[in-house]
Amino acid sequence: RKTAVMLQLPLVVTAQVDLVLVLVSLLAFWTRLSRLSYPNAVVFDEVYYGQFVSLYMKRVFFIDDSGPPLGHMILAFGAYLGGFDGNFLWNRIGADYPSSVSVWSLRLLPALCGSLCVPLVYLLTLELNFSHLAALGAALLLLLENSLIVQSRFMLLESVLIFFVLLAFLSYLRFHNAPNSSWSRFSWLLLSGASCAAAVGVKYMGVFSYLLLLGVASLHTWNLIGDHTLNVCVQCVCRFMCLVVVPVLLYVFWFYIHLGLLSHSGPHDQLMSSAFQASLQGGLSRITQGQPLEVAYGSQVTLRSSASQPIPCWLHSHRANYPVRYENGRGSSHQQQVTCYPFKDVNNWWIIKDPGKQKLVVGSPPQPVRHGDVIQLVHGMTSRFLNSHDVAAPMSPHAQEVSGYIDFNVSMAAQNLWRVHISNREAESDVWKTILSEVRLVHVNTSAVLKLSGVSLPDWGFRQLEVVAEKLFKGHSSVLGWTVEEHRYGTSQEQKEREAELHSPTHIDIDRKMSFWAKFLELQWKMLTVKQEDSEHKYSSSPLEWITMETNIAYWLHSSTNAQIHLIGNPVSWGVANLSLLAYQLLAAVYLVRRRRGIKDLPDAVWCRFSCLGCVCVGGWVVNFVPFLLMEKTLFLYHYLPALCYLYVLSPALLEHAHTHLLSSAIQRQALGVCVSAVLLTVFLSYRNFCPLTYGSPELSANQLQGLRWRETWDILYRHR
Amino acid sequence: MAKGESITQWNKSGDTSTLRNRKSFPTSAPNTPVSKGQSCPTGNDAQSSNGTSAQFSSRLSDRHMCTVLLVLVVGLSFSTRLYKITEPPHVCWDETHFGKMGSYYINRTFFFDVHPPLGKMLIGLAGYMTGYDGTFPFMKPGDKYEHHNYWGMRGFCAVLGSLLPIFAYLIVLELSRSETAALIAASLLIFGLAACSRPVEHKAVINVLLTDTGCITISQYILLDPILMFFIMAAVLSMVKFNQQVYRPFSASWWLWLVLTGVNLAGALGVKFVGLFVILLVGLNTVWDLWRLLGDLSLSLVDIAKHFLARVVGLILFPLFFYVTVFAIHFVVLNKSGPGDGFFSSAFQSRLIGNNLHNASMPEYLAYGSTITVKNLRIAGGYLHSHWHLYPEGVGARQQQVTAYLHKDYNNLWLVHRQNSNESQSPTPDLVRHGDIIRLEHKETTRNLHSHLHEAPLTKKHFQVTGYGNNGTGDANDLWQVEVCGGQKGDLVKVLRSKVRFLHRATGCVLYSSGKTLPKWGWEQVEVTCSPYLKETPSSQWNIEDHINPKLPNISLSVLKPHFLEILLESHIVMIRGNSGLKPKDNEMNSKPWHWPINYQGLRFSGVNETEYRVYLLGNPVLWWMNLASLGLYLIMVAVASVALQRGFSLSQKRKEHSHVLMRGGGLLLLGWLLHYAPFYTMGRVLYYHHYFPAMLFSSMLTGITLDILLKSADLLLRPPYSDWLQRAGQLVLLFTVLHSFYLFHPLSYGMTGPLAHEPGSSMAGLKWMDSWEF
Repeated sequence: RKTAVMLQLPLVVTAQVDLVLVLVSLLAFWTRLSRLSYPNAVVFDEVYYGQFVSLYMKRVFFIDDSGPPLGHMILAFGAYLGGFDGNFLWNRIGADYPSSVSVWSLRLLPALCGSLCVPLVYLLTLELNFSHLAALGAALLLLLENSLIVQSRFMLLESVLIFFVLLAFLSYLRFHNAPNSSWSRFSWLLLSGASCAAAVGVKYMGVFSYLLLLGVASLHTWNLIGDHTLNVCVQCVCRFMCLVVVPVLLYVFWFYIHLGLLSHSGPHDQLMSSAFQASLQGGLSRITQGQPLEVAYGSQVTLRSSASQPIPCWLHSHRANYPVRYENGRGSSHQQQVTCYPFKDVNNWWIIKDPGKQKLVVGSPPQPVRHGDVIQLVHGMTSRFLNSHDVAAPMSPHAQEVSGYIDFNVSMAAQNLWRVHISNREAESDVWKTILSEVRLVHVNTSAVLKLSGVSLPDWGFRQLEVVAEKLFKGHSSVLGWTVEEHRYGTSQEQKEREAELHSPTHIDIDRKMSFWAKFLELQWKMLTVKQEDSEHKYSSSPLEWITMETNIAYWLHSSTNAQIHLIGNPVSWGVANLSLLAYQLLAAVYLVRRRRGIKDLPDAVWCRFSCLGCVCVGGWVVNFVPFLLMEKTLFLYHYLPALCYLYVLSPALLEHAHTHLLSSAIQRQALGVCVSAVLLTVFLSYRNFCPLTYGSPELSANQLQGLRWRETWDILYRHR
Repeated sequence: MAKGESITQWNKSGDTSTLRNRKSFPTSAPNTPVSKGQSCPTGNDAQSSNGTSAQFSSRLSDRHMCTVLLVLVVGLSFSTRLYKITEPPHVCWDETHFGKMGSYYINRTFFFDVHPPLGKMLIGLAGYMTGYDGTFPFMKPGDKYEHHNYWGMRGFCAVLGSLLPIFAYLIVLELSRSETAALIAASLLIFGLAACSRPVEHKAVINVLLTDTGCITISQYILLDPILMFFIMAAVLSMVKFNQQVYRPFSASWWLWLVLTGVNLAGALGVKFVGLFVILLVGLNTVWDLWRLLGDLSLSLVDIAKHFLARVVGLILFPLFFYVTVFAIHFVVLNKSGPGDGFFSSAFQSRLIGNNLHNASMPEYLAYGSTITVKNLRIAGGYLHSHWHLYPEGVGARQQQVTAYLHKDYNNLWLVHRQNSNESQSPTPDLVRHGDIIRLEHKETTRNLHSHLHEAPLTKKHFQVTGYGNNGTGDANDLWQVEVCGGQKGDLVKVLRSKVRFLHRATGCVLYSSGKTLPKWGWEQVEVTCSPYLKETPSSQWNIEDHINPKLPNISLSVLKPHFLEILLESHIVMIRGNSGLKPKDNEMNSKPWHWPINYQGLRFSGVNETEYRVYLLGNPVLWWMNLASLGLYLIMVAVASVALQRGFSLSQKRKEHSHVLMRGGGLLLLGWLLHYAPFYTMGRVLYYHHYFPAMLFSSMLTGITLDILLKSADLLLRPPYSDWLQRAGQLVLLFTVLHSFYLFHPLSYGMTGPLAHEPGSSMAGLKWMDSWEF
């Protein structure tokens, strides 16, 4: 019943088609793809992924901490095929799509992946050496699982993740089961590696399945070492290449495409370093285009803090002094405020001055500033010198105040010399470079370092961020670093002219490139470390609630009627899955103990098959479930779906095992057959029962909805009319 | 096969017992090789090669040397730890906490700490025994002790700390001896070699611990860590000893070590929850052991059940009993109200002398017209509070603030009213029931508890809660529905015992304490909001604590007195929540787990400036980096060994023994290291450098085994006489490195004054190898 097409001469085509497989696949396509564009409205997380799809269409750069870019790109590819132009405001769940948006194409790829999971599960069961009946059972369970259908039918990523994970395991097992002699089997291994990379590229959760697969593969390889008939080195190297090197390279490749696509500056620019921003079109690069590279005495610069917490900002000063006394009674120097300001402003300009000379213009040739040089910083608009002294800072009293120096004649001498310390001088150069160099300004008198404290000033400081100077023993920290972002050589010595110059935009033209690897590393690091505020969600749930399906998620409610879509699993299949998980563990424990006592219930081959089933299915469930217990982020029921799929493979296989090895008499076997048929029937009935909530039609009355609320904790919406 | 093994094991265990008891010699050494002379390499003065003069005298001198070494270790260990124990004569670092808690025990005042009580009880006991009277306030680091007797508490910690190297010595000795045991029985040739070389090697191991500046520093002060590490090491040692008794099950020594393991486990857990990791280690070891027994077909199922039950009793029931006893003592000793009250539930507080709930009496069921205080059920949730201050401009509506406040105050009092403010004048007031609509009036300011569709000050998705109205007249937004958690319509609200939720009538949200601290305008009290998410969490549950209603009969609260198990459970929940509540603050530089093995940054124990007496907790960098390197080396060696075995290469007996020691002994230590280190990566709480020290103990012991085997494998490179020289030279170099690095870094532990390290005149000049070190 295997599909195989052979071409012979004279031209005869022999084909074997597994009709069951074809039938199951067709059913899967029908359940997942029919009426895909209904509802014609934004459903649940489509509102989240949609904004990124739009940004891809406009090729605008963004950062999303929820996962690597492949998933987003797949969704965007679907949109691209449908001719989506990115002009849709994704602002609320339930908003209607305009006719210009091809909803069908937006949802097509996840739905295809979701449908393909069904035949994949069928094949996977076969590769685990179970029968076609077991395979059919697994496929049916997956086919009739309402939550998987809901999750596949919209622009969401879980079905894509599940597809790649299943594909990875299927192709790995194909490879493993193929005879050692054939070299073509390595193409399966390669496919497995590629699917792993894709799974990890869709969601970080894929990492755990990948690790499981690596674990299984290394166990198999380990057994290979004792085999003297093989060239072990070659085998190991091949496996390593296919399962480790290729996935890593592919993973990086997703980012390569991602960065290649997103070439325009956008809303998340500010999180990135200046160098990164300058590599994007528009935004910073428009400003920085053609700036002089080396900072020289007389340069006019804006200094951006390297810290992106709490928000990116520029060193700033303005014509307002620190209050003489703070609210808590402490005194200040009453000199001009120096702050960090998160918006572009003419008050962000500072002029680098040589302490030994009076002039504020760049000489010819320009004299560059180097690591270790001592400079003064003059505020462009007010001509105050950047100053620090032994006065407690307004919000962080343990640190020194930083001010624009005003001489009040109170025997408080100016302490306005700063030493330039370029922290990345090994990577860049000794010369202070625009955008590229990260600089610390060390106060010469006190050896304190200019630092963004991150605290907001009160009203007198216009709620801008506090800047202090602090003595630090500690090592590297981004709050200490500053980079020159905008830069030009000053040409006017007179204050008035200079102000006019500062107001004018910067000019000239040079190109600055950042290597792909540097961009990749920065982007990946930012994606892993950017913290979005913990948000509670009405439908969030804890992992332990998933096992019993305590909660559901309302995905969509029709704007006027009771038609609605919910993420609710098929309770019967859910129960079957939980039972089989429990049964497998019990059975495995009993077998293990008995084997340990020297009683072999199963022949070795059967035992091997049984434990392999456990490794893949129970192991897969564990790695896709347990990590969530340790996570602190907001979690939803749909996070459980990958783990659930493993259990659906496990259940029929376990039944087959029971049928062949546990039940001895014919009557018991017949009883089992009857039970299984009955269970399948209930699975189907319960699927039918929940269909209205899965497909959003037909509309149900309030009473019918009440009848579907099988659990008290489920939240089903009623519209009062 | 099992039988033969057991015979050799008998010999071996007899052998080890001679080592400790010096009673009898093993009788079986029939296959003594003749070429004894070559076996024992030169270099040890007590043990020069003595030709054919029988293994008898050689063994005698071996044991002799072992004893000498042990004595040496003990002497060095105690002297390094107890040297300058009273310096500096002021409070250092966390002494301010643990010293204070020791004093609380002496004063019998109740306090709250995130760690279980045993460690602090022992500190308190030590202080009490040495004449400390508990009067020193331990206000902040740097306070001078003056006339107070603080040396006893420090000395106690130091003594426990001194035992660590000795334990490490014994553990490593047991681990590698047990594995080389078969070898000993097989051939005295190799025994001589092993016996001669091993002690020297072990001494190096010990030196790793002895001379580790960090380990000294941490054992010299009033801290929990030396006590914790003592119990951890003692537990591991007893476990290893217990493993040695494997062929004498149910003998007296078998039971002794089993019970000792259990006691030490309970002790470790009783000091800090980090003790869980060593419990896990012992647990895994026990499971492995039982699995092995299960596979031994010569044992009947009854025997296995006996083994299983013995371990359940020795390692679970007995320690549990011990642990609970510690808590019982804790609760009995601390019976006076103190600073820890507010963290605990109202029922808990009622057992503390001096607390206003102690022996208090109040009406049992909530009634209309009563004056009440309402306490949030989350940990440190505080009392519902309001005061004469408005929310500032731009923060929701400009109405009176409502907050949660941790201390008892008049502003926490609220009056319970009916929806339609006409109070019934009947002599017995009506009781409030589940589902009733009530109005809460703030007694002091006569404003009603109010909420509306403005966003809350900090939690933007919630609604703002304010005080609104005047003299109790407000609007429809002042109405709240009372809901008893788990109750049905009509249930009464029990004071103190019911969990109550207040649902806002108009918006359907629930009164909620977010736990976030308000800025200055809110007096840094805790935010109270109305949450639209109706899930039952402690944040949205409240209980009625004080309840004053002259019209109702008071009942004595003693009926509420919680059962011991309830107190135990509650104090654990409070501790665990408190632990996970120790979140790092954003602006603070906090220590990350990857900093630790590379010794990236230490902890400043006392003193910052040049003039002060400075002590800096930092591991001896030479040793720590050596530990790190040998960890890598160990992994490589194990990988090579196991691939060789798997591939089926024929190895000499000696190599097989070595790989066995590596895999079993080393594996146990590696597991210990992992268990004490890896979990910190998943912890959200604030972490400190000293959390690594238990893991460091395992890492150091692993270093001992690894380097020992590495040097013994010198003959892979060179021919026999040269390889012995190489081995000897390696050991000497190692010893010298260890001693010299200790000499270099000892000022860190014993204190330094004078200029900082980056200036030339300092005692640490040139030793600030990493910029991140702060001395």
